[in-house]
Amino acid sequence: MAAPLTLLLIVAVTIRAVLFRSSWAELISERVEVVSPLNAWKRVVEGLALLDLGVSPYSGDVFHEVSLSLIHFLFKSILGSDGITAVALYLSIQTYNKNVFRKQKYALESDRYPADCLELLRSPKEMFYIPLKVAMFYLLNPFTILSCVAKSTCGLNNAIIALFILCTLKGSALLSGILLALATYQSIYPLTLFAPALLFFLQRLYIPVNLRRSSFWFFTLQYAFIYVGSLVVITGLSFFLLGSWDFIPSVYGFIFSVPDLTPNIGLFWYFFAEMFEHFRLFFICVFQINVFFYTIPLSIKLKEHPVFLIFMQIAIISIFKSYPTVGDVALYMAFLPAWSHLYRFLRNIFLVSCVLLACSALFPVLWHLWIYAGSANSNFYYAITLLFNFGQILLVSDYFYAYLRREHHLTHGLYLKKKDGTEATLVLK
Amino acid sequence: MGLLSDPNRRKALTGLLTRLNTPICIVCYLAGIVWFMGLAFEPFTLRTYMSENAMGSTMVEERFSSGERALSLAKEFDAHKRKAGGMPVEWLVKAMQSRGLEVFTQSFSRKLPFPDENKERYMVRGTNVYGILRAPRAPRTEALVITAPCSPGNTNNQAVALLLALAQYFRNQIYWAKDIIFLVNEHDLIGTQAWLEGYHHTNITGMEYSPLQGRAGSIQAALSLELSSDVITSLDLVLEGLNGQLPNLDLANLFYAFCQKLGVLCTIQGKLQRNDWDTAEGYTHAAQTMMLMVLKQACGRSWGDHGLFLRYHIEAASVRGINSFRHYKTDATTIGRLLEGMVRKLNNLLERLHQSYFFYLLPSLSRFVSIGYYMPAFGLLAVILLLRALDLWVHLGAPALAAVDGVTEAEQPSSPGVLTVLTPVVISHLTGVALYLLPVHLQEMAVEHFPVSETEAVVLTAIAIYTAGLALPHNTQRALYAVVMVLLSPAFTILYCVFIYQELIEAPVSVSEGWMLFLSVISQGILDHALYGSLVYPLLALFIYPCWLMFWNILFWN
Repeated sequence: MAAPLTLLLIVAVTIRAVLFRSSWAELISERVEVVSPLNAWKRVVEGLALLDLGVSPYSGDVFHEVSLSLIHFLFKSILGSDGITAVALYLSIQTYNKNVFRKQKYALESDRYPADCLELLRSPKEMFYIPLKVAMFYLLNPFTILSCVAKSTCGLNNAIIALFILCTLKGSALLSGILLALATYQSIYPLTLFAPALLFFLQRLYIPVNLRRSSFWFFTLQYAFIYVGSLVVITGLSFFLLGSWDFIPSVYGFIFSVPDLTPNIGLFWYFFAEMFEHFRLFFICVFQINVFFYTIPLSIKLKEHPVFLIFMQIAIISIFKSYPTVGDVALYMAFLPAWSHLYRFLRNIFLVSCVLLACSALFPVLWHLWIYAGSANSNFYYAITLLFNFGQILLVSDYFYAYLRREHHLTHGLYLKKKDGTEATLVLK
Repeated sequence: MGLLSDPNRRKALTGLLTRLNTPICIVCYLAGIVWFMGLAFEPFTLRTYMSENAMGSTMVEERFSSGERALSLAKEFDAHKRKAGGMPVEWLVKAMQSRGLEVFTQSFSRKLPFPDENKERYMVRGTNVYGILRAPRAPRTEALVITAPCSPGNTNNQAVALLLALAQYFRNQIYWAKDIIFLVNEHDLIGTQAWLEGYHHTNITGMEYSPLQGRAGSIQAALSLELSSDVITSLDLVLEGLNGQLPNLDLANLFYAFCQKLGVLCTIQGKLQRNDWDTAEGYTHAAQTMMLMVLKQACGRSWGDHGLFLRYHIEAASVRGINSFRHYKTDATTIGRLLEGMVRKLNNLLERLHQSYFFYLLPSLSRFVSIGYYMPAFGLLAVILLLRALDLWVHLGAPALAAVDGVTEAEQPSSPGVLTVLTPVVISHLTGVALYLLPVHLQEMAVEHFPVSETEAVVLTAIAIYTAGLALPHNTQRALYAVVMVLLSPAFTILYCVFIYQELIEAPVSVSEGWMLFLSVISQGILDHALYGSLVYPLLALFIYPCWLMFWNILFWN
């Protein structure tokens, strides 16, 4: 499978190179849907220039990325970060598929599936091309291409999260903790991925998730120690590199308190543009808790399925974070081929695809009408933002429903019967 | 979210959808057409009103009186134009300077992608002359523009002369809060585009121009004047700009208010307003005016020199003087007073015109239809697409329901591979890209091999690529559908629109003349896109034509 993947990488690199050389690169790197105040390349350049002049890069409220040296060292690989992400996703989905198939085989041998749901089981033939499709979905997604051509540091963030997923699925707790710390250090929201990673390791080491068992606490503390320790070390390294704690209010304070209200595809900007100062803190807290809160119920429901939980978490982060861009959207969309067996249970896929396509087409139109033609105003643009996020939420909840429904069928059989023997329908209320 | 998650309600709704699909689609289509045509019926429209507070009252008395002087100036300008064989730059500069304006010139040049046969130009070189009247006591932050084109021959002499007379009159007034720029542009739209690009430091169309030496701040509004005779019978207002963009309705309201005040006959689309809306002729007159506006917006051309200002968020309109056979004539002084009044009102503006509508249709100058009223008609037409798509989707997802006679239904409900669907899509889009790029690039090759001029080569290449896309294995059983498809194709739609447009402006043409007009429309469309950035040609070639080609593919799918 190396040959198709290499071919795919070459095609992806060609497309990006062609776009990079054309006059569109400038246009794309200024679009608000693709870059945000957190990850715009223009701001990284500004920060580097300030550093060259000997001034702290965080002065002047322009630069909000972390650890300049990291960026400086890796900036050449922003263009290659897409490749790293694709290969990492490819390998992780491959490992995941092997795990899934092995578990299915054991369950079949121990007769745990009802007789009529055999058509729901997955075969190696159908799963063979899924890793390639995942890599393709990530590399050839127009969102990823736009994000890469704009040299947004979102590509780097995606690469780190993809590597984290790979290390988690391969079972290396140390590397996974370090990479998660790196991802959290760059933007705080991957903190919520701690729970699914923990659940995965517990499942892999056959430690039951029971709050009264000491083995559970032992491992949790180990993993938390690795994670928090790496985070402390990395933060400390940043401090020593730049010589001040400036970056904490500039980066983390910026992400949490949302002072910059440049329009983007997220939900924060319009709301806070109209907010009275008196209520600002309250609503900031409400909006930020919204991102982190879904971890708890989702982890409880999906504790047997940590990889799906990772997908859900990444989707929720990219919908509800304070400065989302299309690069974040592209990361969770890359996972969709891994759940292609759920297609028969998806109910709203047509509506969702239409909504997402229409909104992606309407974003630049309404931006032009608002900013350049002056015929529209921010309400129009926010309406499209709302619709886009509604489409994303519908997509995620649809996949969630389909996943749970398949699990239900696998335990209770495909053709459900009520107590008196007539056919039953499954209703999600 | 009951509809999206409750399976019983979903089943009921999708059942309704599939059973009643065709009737609902037909009803929606008819409703959309009837709604749209009904908009021209006067009780369904609203009377225009002035939305901007700052332009409210018209209680000022206009005192411009140099109409006769303007007419003699027109003769002088004509003589100098003939002597210079183009734009008399030195005379204009001296004339403007003697009137106390700060005068600057701008030279520009542009090589058209292929010769323009309507205006007979290929390599365009020209000069714009503009003078700035500085407001005596205001900071130089805002400006207004009055422009008159310098056209070859006998046209628009009076416009330039009136411009100069107005400049002299305005110079003596003390109430100006904004700078006023008097622009005389050469080669109509190309000159205006060069001036605007120079003013705003952009270069979107590949024009070469010398940078502007004098500037006046951000332009709030612009008026373009076209006047070719000493007396006129009516003033025509032209609103449609590039890509169908319209100025704020308040500008049209302003013009109408002043025409009423000074007793000047005003028309729109060249048609005078009628009072008998309850008769058939009255209704058809209003419907014709509205349809003319729709057609003019659809073709994406700028129908006056004002059209290019709209792109820079400058509200602009063109005022055209028409001399036809009527008893009541208006002289140049009244036109001067009209312009004086309009410019004084615009001078009062505190912010850009934004209160009134940006998207509207005018069945007559005193009645308008806003986007909230005409969009539902398009919405009804668009809903048909959605309903058909949903119907197809539901059918794709429920093949097991059609297993009544499972023996004869041998077709596998499995979806065809992505590749079989992707191939026609890619080929259609590539043909569209070819239609967009090749006609202009291949014109040299075509001129070498065929005895045609460059313009004809471009147009004929476009038509050739268009028909080449139709080359598919034929199925004679579907001949009727094929003919209907061809008759509804984008090219034929443009042909029908050409004939309809000629009918509407009361200058019907024969079939051969219509065909020649159609060819010139294609070449003008390609030129507009290359020169000013009009989007109609790329939209047709890159989006509408591939969609039609895919339908054509589906028709002959085996």
